[in-house]
This record gives sequence, C-alpha cells and structure tokens, in this order.
Amino acid sequence: MYEIDAKGVYYRDLNERVRKAIREHHKDIVLHNVCGQYYIGCGLNDRDVKLTINGVPGNDLGAFMNGPTIIVNDDAQDGIGNTMNGGKIVVYGNAGDVVAYSMRGGKIFIEKDVGYRACIHMKAYKEMNPTVVIGGCSGAFMGEYMAGGTLILLGLTKRDDKPLTGIYLATGMHGGKIFIRGSVDERMLWSEAVIVSPTKEEMKKVKSEVKEFCNLFKIDYNKVMDEEFVKVAPKSTRPYGHLYIPGP
Amino acid sequence: MELAKDISGCGIAGFINTDGERISGSDIVDSITLMKDRGNGLGAGFAAYGIYPDFKDFYALHIMYDDEQARKTTEEFLERKVHIEQHGGMPTRPIKKKRPIFFVYFVQPREQSTKGESEEFRIDESDEFIFKLVMFINENIDGAFVISSGKNMGVFKGVGFPDEIANFFRVDEYKAYCWTAHNRFPTNTPGWWGGAHPFSLLGWSVVHNGEISSYGANKRYLEMYGYKCTQKTDTEVVAYLLDLLVRKHGLALHTVAKVFAPPLWSEIEWMDDKQKELYTALRMVYGGAMLNGPFSIIVGFRGGMFGLNDRIKLRPLVVAKKGANVYMASEEAAIRYVADDLDEVYMPKAGEPVVAMLTDEAYEKVYGIKERTYV
Repeated sequence: MYEIDAKGVYYRDLNERVRKAIREHHKDIVLHNVCGQYYIGCGLNDRDVKLTINGVPGNDLGAFMNGPTIIVNDDAQDGIGNTMNGGKIVVYGNAGDVVAYSMRGGKIFIEKDVGYRACIHMKAYKEMNPTVVIGGCSGAFMGEYMAGGTLILLGLTKRDDKPLTGIYLATGMHGGKIFIRGSVDERMLWSEAVIVSPTKEEMKKVKSEVKEFCNLFKIDYNKVMDEEFVKVAPKSTRPYGHLYIPGP
Repeated sequence: MELAKDISGCGIAGFINTDGERISGSDIVDSITLMKDRGNGLGAGFAAYGIYPDFKDFYALHIMYDDEQARKTTEEFLERKVHIEQHGGMPTRPIKKKRPIFFVYFVQPREQSTKGESEEFRIDESDEFIFKLVMFINENIDGAFVISSGKNMGVFKGVGFPDEIANFFRVDEYKAYCWTAHNRFPTNTPGWWGGAHPFSLLGWSVVHNGEISSYGANKRYLEMYGYKCTQKTDTEVVAYLLDLLVRKHGLALHTVAKVFAPPLWSEIEWMDDKQKELYTALRMVYGGAMLNGPFSIIVGFRGGMFGLNDRIKLRPLVVAKKGANVYMASEEAAIRYVADDLDEVYMPKAGEPVVAMLTDEAYEKVYGIKERTYV
C-alpha cells in the first residue's frame, strides 16, 4: 500500500504524485485528507491499480479513465466518470450532478443519491457497455439523450418528500436501458421513452449488478429485490431524425 | 503547450450562524479560496452582516472612488443630503496594483432632507431615501460607486483572487454572523472593481454563479421603478429585483424564489387549481422579473441568508447544517474544508429556495429591535 497525504496539495501536484506512484509500480494507492482536488484518476490506463480516496474528491473524478478502480470513502462532487472508458468507481456516499456523463465503458456504483443529469448521453458500442448502479434517488434529466449502456436506480433513500426521480427522465433517449426499482410516474417521461416490464433475460443482468452493489455496501439483497423493477426504453433509435432530414 | 487555464465557472460560498454569534472572516476566506480555480483573478468579494454593532442604526455606505475628485464631489453631495455620524477610509493593506480608493460613511437621512428641498428626494421613508441616494451617486457622479448601503453590514470586493481581496480589505479583522463570498470568472462583462460580486443595495447582497440571460428584460423592468443598472454586470439586477419585490411589493422570500425560478408551464399544468392560479398569476405579473439562464445564487439580507438554483439546475449548490450553522457553497469540499463533522449535507432541488434566518432572540441581539425587516 502506497499512501499519499493530500492535505493542502494542489490538484495538479496531487495527480502528478499519483501518476509517479503508478510509474513506480505501486498498485494499491491510498490518498488521505482529500478535499476538492479535481481530476483524480483522470485518463489513467492501468487495469490493476486501485486508488482509495479518503475525503471528498473534486469534480471530474475518473474522467476519461480507462482501467483502474477508484474507491471513495465519502461523498463525491460533480462530473464523476465523465467520458470514462473502463474501470470501476465506487462511492460510499452521495454524488453530485452529471454522474457518468457520456460514459463509454466500465462500472460506477453509488451508495446513496445523485444530483441532476445522471448518465446523460451514456453510450455503448460492441464490447464497450457501461453500467451505473445508483442506490438512492436521482434529480431531473436522468438518462437524457442516453444512447447505450445500463442504468439501475434503486431508490433506497426514497421518502415522501424525496421523489425517486425528477422530470425530463430519459428525454431524447435513443439507446440503452434504464431499470428503476418501484414505480415511475409517466409524467416524468418526455415523449421519446416508454415504461415497460423487463424481460427475464434483462432481470438476470439487473440481479447480478444488484448483487454486486449489495456486496459492496453491505445491503440485504433479498430486501432490495423484494420490489418490482420497471424498464424505461427508447421508442426509437433516431427520435429526431425527421427534424433534420426531410422525409421521402 | 502548457495550458494557462483549464477550469471555468464562478465559485460561491456562504455561512450563517442562526444564533447570531459573530465569527471572523477567516473561515469564509478559506472556504472560497479552496475553490480558487473556479475564478481567474478578475474578481472576488465578500458580504458581511453584523460587522458594525457600534453603528447598527446607521446606513453604512461603502463607496468606491476612482480618484480624489470623485470623492470631493460625492462628499459635498452627501453633506447636503444626509447626517454623517462618522466616516473614514476603509482599513486596507497595501497592494502593488492600481486600485480605487474606498471610504465608509455611517449616515442617516436628515429631518429636512426627508421632507426634501428637491422634488426628487421628497420622501418620508428612510430606506427609500437611501435607495434614491445610492442610485443618484451611481448614475450621476463620475468615478463614484456605492458598493453597499445597508445597516450593520458591508461589502468588500475588487479585482483579484479571493485571498488577495480578503487580505486587501483585512476581512479577517471583521466579525459577522453571516458571510457570503464570491470568486469570479467573468465571461460576458468586464472584470473591473465595481463588477466584482457581491452586488448590494440596502440590506441585500447577492453572489452569483452563472449568467442572467434575461438581463436586458430585467433591466428595462427595473428602470420603470427607478432602479439604474450602472455596474455593467448581469448580477446587479438580482439585488435590485429583491429590493423591489420584497421591500416595495412585500412578497415573501419563497414567493420571490418562484418569481426568479418559476415552475415550467408543463409543471403548472399538473398542479391543483389553487396552485395553478397562483403560479400562473406570478408568471404573468412578474414576467419581467423572471431570471432566465443558468444560476446559483446566495443572497444575504438583514437577519438571514438564502440560496437558490435556476429552475433546471444548471449550476451547482450544496447546503450543509451543523447545529446553528448553515453553510452553502458551489462544492461540498469548500464546506467540508471549514466544518468536517456535519449534521446534514444535501443539494437543493432546482428552483427550491433554502432560507436560513436568525432566531428571534438572535435578531434582537444583533439589531437591537424585535420587529424584523429584510433591509
């Protein structure tokens, strides 16, 4: 284990020290006293590196990341997993806005709530197929312009004054799958997506991801799976095609 | 090629102790300085409430002058219009760059000036009198700008990074029960000393991250009521709109939030009839006061602080509580840096105001009277 005390360290210097540690073949790196340093793990490629963060990491955690595992033992801020290609991020707490923006591969697990615009324009191609599991609730615009990948929202922190999702859910969605535990008010959706029941095959995937989630956060799997899931799916793969191209 | 700058977006932070306990500016400086990279050195500032307990019944005018001539003209004007209890240069530390000069005046309208020798200032009410005075100086005296004009509060702002501006104005030496702070990354308007945040009028102060795309519409709306936009920055209209809607029109802060960030028409459609009528009426009556464009703002006022996002939340805002302390900031780290063991941390929903007020006892302790006013 290679430890770095991040207290008062400027974000560029901190990221440089992480890169240097990786160049020196350290595989298990722990950052202490992190407080708002941006871009931690940004663009790292090494699949066998594990980065543990104690404290609140700054915006764009794991952006463009392509391999490592990041564990955050606290809340995370905005833009985690921005355009991430591979690897894994686990957040033991809440995350901010624009989680997994344009994410293209890998996995993100968040224990509690996320802010607005989670997983907007998430995408997939062949073997690149990102998965995001959110344990709590989400703000508006979740899955907006989603083009691929899997998003699972569990709503374990739902209360009467705290809705599961906000409005504009899956607006402009044209690919990928969103699974939501519990029911969704149809008015939350715009016109590009519909609510359907997941197939048996799809539930297999949901179950295996939820199992991983429950193992990470020590949550009772059976209790989570007690409630039904619904699937939000796109009506069309090109919802705006007719807007720009004159029809025949 | 080395990138000189790769992060953009203003940063805001705010703190209030609802028991009215006054603390030094060091914490808010630390908090906003943690988000130094959200600004680019072209503007920073602080608003502080409860800093002048010895002069709590006087309007504290913080005035910025370009030169001695502006000061002479303004002081001649003030001597004619108001009673000046005390005045002097604001305490500053020396800095190398060129800077305006700053003076503070503790004033009250004179008996005869409220009755008024001139048409324009013939007003019975002192808040309205000071409002007209501020607008007159900002519009008509070259090189003079009143940067704050409330009682027992003040604004410190200028061109620089937050730590530089704090050091220049000796912010660490003031004690306030409520602080707000701003770190600027100017986009559409010049980075000059008057254009730094907070923008303030009477008891109101506003720090803002984002841009008010409706600036032109808001400015024209405000001009109908005698507000002059002279600071060349969009956020100015927010301070004046607050004054118009709360002090003059008597709206509650929660209603003002719904004027600034109204629900979308589609959301109004889903409401019950009573709510539908209310929100439709607000949108029709106060269309000119609606703020379009992305924003998160922290507003300071006499006796409290409130935070608000635009209606589709295009800018960040985090709120945290610990005992009697309420914190707001663009990033959670900025709060955790000064207060780690928090009772509650959350991100408010779009268009939902978070209001933190002094308790009744604290209000009386700070202002010496029971009756609450916002300015």
